[in-house]
Amino acid sequence: MEWIDGTSLNAENAFKVRLSIRTALGDKAYVWDTNEEYLFRAMVAFSMRKVPSREATEISHVLLCNVTQRVSFWFVVTDPSRNHTLPAVEVQSAIRMNRNRINNAFFLNDRTLEFLRIPSTLAPPMDPSVPIWIIVFGVIFCIVIVATALLVLSGIRHRRRNNKGLPGLDDAEDKCENTITVENGIPCDPLDTKGGHINDGFLTEDERLTPL
Amino acid sequence: MAQASGLDPLVDGEDERPKWDNKLQYLLSCIGFAVGLGNIWRFPYLCQTYGGGAFLIPYLIALVFEGIPLFYIELAIGQRLRKGSIGVWTSISPYLGGVGLGCFSVSFIVCLYYNTVLVWVLWFLLNSFQDPLPWSTCPLNLNRTGFVQECQGSGTVSYFWYRQTLNITADISNSGTIQWQLFLCLVACWTVVYLCVIRGIESTGKVIYFTALFPYLVLTIFLIRGLTLPGATEGLTYLFTPKMQILQNPRVWLDAATQIFFSLSLAFGGHIAFASYNPPRNNCEKDAVTIALVNSMTSLYASITIFSIMGFKATNDYGRCLDRNILSLINEFDFPEQSIPRDEYPTVLMHLNATQPERVARLPLKTCHLDDFLDKSASGPGLAFIVFTEAVLHMPGAPAWSVLFFGMLFTLGLSSMFGNMEGVITPLLDMGVLPRGIPKEAMTGLVCLVCFLSAMCFTLQSGSYWLEIFDNFAASLNLIIFAFLEVVGVIYVYGMKRFCDDIEWMIGRRPALYWRVIWRVVSPMLLFSILLSYVILLAQQPPSYEAWNPQYEQFPSREEKLYPGWVQVICVLLSFLPSLWVPGVALVQLLSQYRQRWKDTQLERSPKPEGRC
Repeated sequence: MEWIDGTSLNAENAFKVRLSIRTALGDKAYVWDTNEEYLFRAMVAFSMRKVPSREATEISHVLLCNVTQRVSFWFVVTDPSRNHTLPAVEVQSAIRMNRNRINNAFFLNDRTLEFLRIPSTLAPPMDPSVPIWIIVFGVIFCIVIVATALLVLSGIRHRRRNNKGLPGLDDAEDKCENTITVENGIPCDPLDTKGGHINDGFLTEDERLTPL
Repeated sequence: MAQASGLDPLVDGEDERPKWDNKLQYLLSCIGFAVGLGNIWRFPYLCQTYGGGAFLIPYLIALVFEGIPLFYIELAIGQRLRKGSIGVWTSISPYLGGVGLGCFSVSFIVCLYYNTVLVWVLWFLLNSFQDPLPWSTCPLNLNRTGFVQECQGSGTVSYFWYRQTLNITADISNSGTIQWQLFLCLVACWTVVYLCVIRGIESTGKVIYFTALFPYLVLTIFLIRGLTLPGATEGLTYLFTPKMQILQNPRVWLDAATQIFFSLSLAFGGHIAFASYNPPRNNCEKDAVTIALVNSMTSLYASITIFSIMGFKATNDYGRCLDRNILSLINEFDFPEQSIPRDEYPTVLMHLNATQPERVARLPLKTCHLDDFLDKSASGPGLAFIVFTEAVLHMPGAPAWSVLFFGMLFTLGLSSMFGNMEGVITPLLDMGVLPRGIPKEAMTGLVCLVCFLSAMCFTLQSGSYWLEIFDNFAASLNLIIFAFLEVVGVIYVYGMKRFCDDIEWMIGRRPALYWRVIWRVVSPMLLFSILLSYVILLAQQPPSYEAWNPQYEQFPSREEKLYPGWVQVICVLLSFLPSLWVPGVALVQLLSQYRQRWKDTQLERSPKPEGRC
C-alpha cells in the first residue's frame, strides 16, 4: 500500500473509512476535496491528543490513502518519529470517545460516516421512566372501572326502587307507560293501554259469555 | 316421535324476555358476531393461496348451499323457541339436549382463547401511542456496541412479537412464568367484556353500534390509503388473478366450506341466543340472507384493503432488497454514491460478474424477485402482528395507522366476543342456574371471572403454543358435528312440516322448495362429507408445531417439533370431548325414561288403596 509520503507502514493499524455524504445530505451535499481531508486529519489528531499519552499528536501524523470516489479511504496514525504506527486499540478507543464530535464536523452520523472495524457506541434509546403503554393502560382501565361501577350501582339502585314500591302494579304501570311495542321495526301504538287502565275486577257477566 | 315438551304455542304476546331496542341492534349484533378477525386474516390468505379470484367460486357455492341455509335454520329455531342453545335443543327433543350442552361448552372454550387474541391486540394498541413505534428498532445489547443478537437475526418486528410481547419459550413443555404485561392486559380485556355484557343484550345493544360499525370506517380509511400507496396495484393484481387449475385440488373446496362455516360463526349457539330475543313475527329469512351476504362482502372488502397494503409492503421490501445489493456493490467496488439506479442493477451486475467474478462471488448478494415478496403470505396472528405491523412502519405517520389498525382489530374481536358470551350466558340464564334473587350483573360477572381465571394459562410464556392447539382442535371438528346434528335435528326430529309451519307463522309464507330441498338433502350431505374429510385430514396431520428457538441452526426459521405425549392426549380430548355431551345426554335421558317406565309399571302392579277421591 502506497502512503502519501512513501513510508510503507503496518497495515494492521490502518482503518478504512467510508462516507455517504449524498445519502445524508441530499442536495446540500458538499464535495469531498483535499480541504475536507485536512479537516478529517485534524479531527483524528484532535481525538488522539485526548488520549493521555498522546498529547503530542500533530495533523501531519495522520496519513490518508486510497481515496476513492465512493468516498472511502484508509487512514493511519503514526507516532512523532514517523516510524511506527500507533496501535489499533488506542486509535479505536480514541475515535470511539470522540465519535460524536467527528460526526458533527461533517454533518454526518454513525451510519453515514463509517469507520470499519470501529464499532460505535450506540445512543441509548429514549427510555422514559414509566413506559408509555402503562400510562395509556392506566387511563383506559380507570375509565372502564368507573363505567362498570356506575352501571353496577345504577342496576342496584333500580332494583332497590323496584323492590320498595308495590310489586306488580308498579311494573304494570311502568310497562304500559314506558314501553312501546315494536314489531319488525314498526312501533305499535295500542290506544287502549294509554290514559286508562282496564280493571279486570269489573268485567261484566256479558263479556265472559260468547255473544249470540 | 320424540316428546316435544316445553314447546310454547306461537303467540304474539309479550313476555318477560329481554328484547332488542330496534331491528338495527339485532342485525348489527349478528353481523358483529359473524364478522370477526377471521374475515381480516383468514379469507385474504385463502384467496391468495387458492388461486386468487378463482377461490370465489367454491366460496360462493359453499355460501349458497351450506352457509345461508344453516344460518337460516339457526335464526328461525332461535326465534321460534325463544331460548338459548341448551333450551332449544332440550325443547326439540330431550335426547338432543347434548347438542345444546356441546355448543355451550365450545362457546366457553372459544371465549377463553379468543379473548387472549384480544389481549395481544390490546397490547399492540397500547404500544402504538408512541413515535417511533417500539417495534421499529432493536434494543441495544449490554455494551451498547450493537443490537441484541436475537433481534439482529430475526428482525425487529418478529423480535418485538416473540420476545417482548410473548417472551416465548423454545418448547411447549417449558411453561415459563406468567408475563405480567399480558396479565394486566388480560385483566383489562375481561373488564371491558364484562362492562359490555353486564346486562346481556341491553348493554351490548348499546355498544354494538360502535363496535360493529367502527371496523368498516377504518377499513375504508385503510382502503383509500392503501390504494394510494406505491405497489398497491401489484398486490391487487396478484391477489385477484384467477388461477383456475387450482380448483381441481379437493383441498380448495374443503377449505372454502370450512371457511364459510367458521366465518358465519355457525353452531356456536350465539345466533340462536340473539334470535331468541327477537319479536316472534320477525322475518328471519331476510335476516339470514342479509347477514350472510354482508359477512361475505366484508371479507372481500377486507381482502382488497389487506392486499393493497401487502402489495405496498412487497414493493417496499423488493426495493430495499435491491438497495442492499446495490450498496454492497458500491461499497466493494468503490463506485460513487447513488451511481447505480435500481433499473440498471441487473446490467451492472452482469458486467461485474463478467469482469471480476471472484469479488462479486464474495459479496452477500440476495436474489430479489417481486413475486417472491408477494408470495410471502401469512394468515392468522402472523399477518396481524408481524406482517402488517411491519407494513405500517413504512407508512408515513405510522403510529396513527397502527392505532387505527389495532383499534379496528379490537372492536372486531369484541363484537365477536359478545356473540360468544351470549352463547354462554343466555343458556345459563334460561336454565336458571343461579337463584332468582341474584341479579343478572352478578351472573355475568361470575362468568367473566371464571373465564378470566381459566384464560390465565394463555399468559404463560408457552401460551401462544397452547392457543394454537385450542384454535386447531377445540372448535373445528366439534362445530361441524354440531352443525350436522342441528340440520338433522331440526329437519328430521323436529319435523320439516312443523318447522315450515312455524316459519309460515313467523314470516307469512312457507319456505320455498329451494330451501326445503337444500335442508333435506344438500346440507346434510355436504356437512357429512366435510366432517369425513376433516377427520381424515386431522388424522393425517402430524402432531407438530413450530417453535421459536433462538438456538436453532436455521434461526429465524421456526423449528418444527413434535408435541409431547401428554399434549397429544389433550389435543385428542379437546377434539371430541364437547361432542361427547350428545351421546352422554341421550344415554342419561334413555336411562331416566327406563327408570320412569319401570316406576310406572311398579305403581300399576302395587295394590290400589281404597277410597281414593
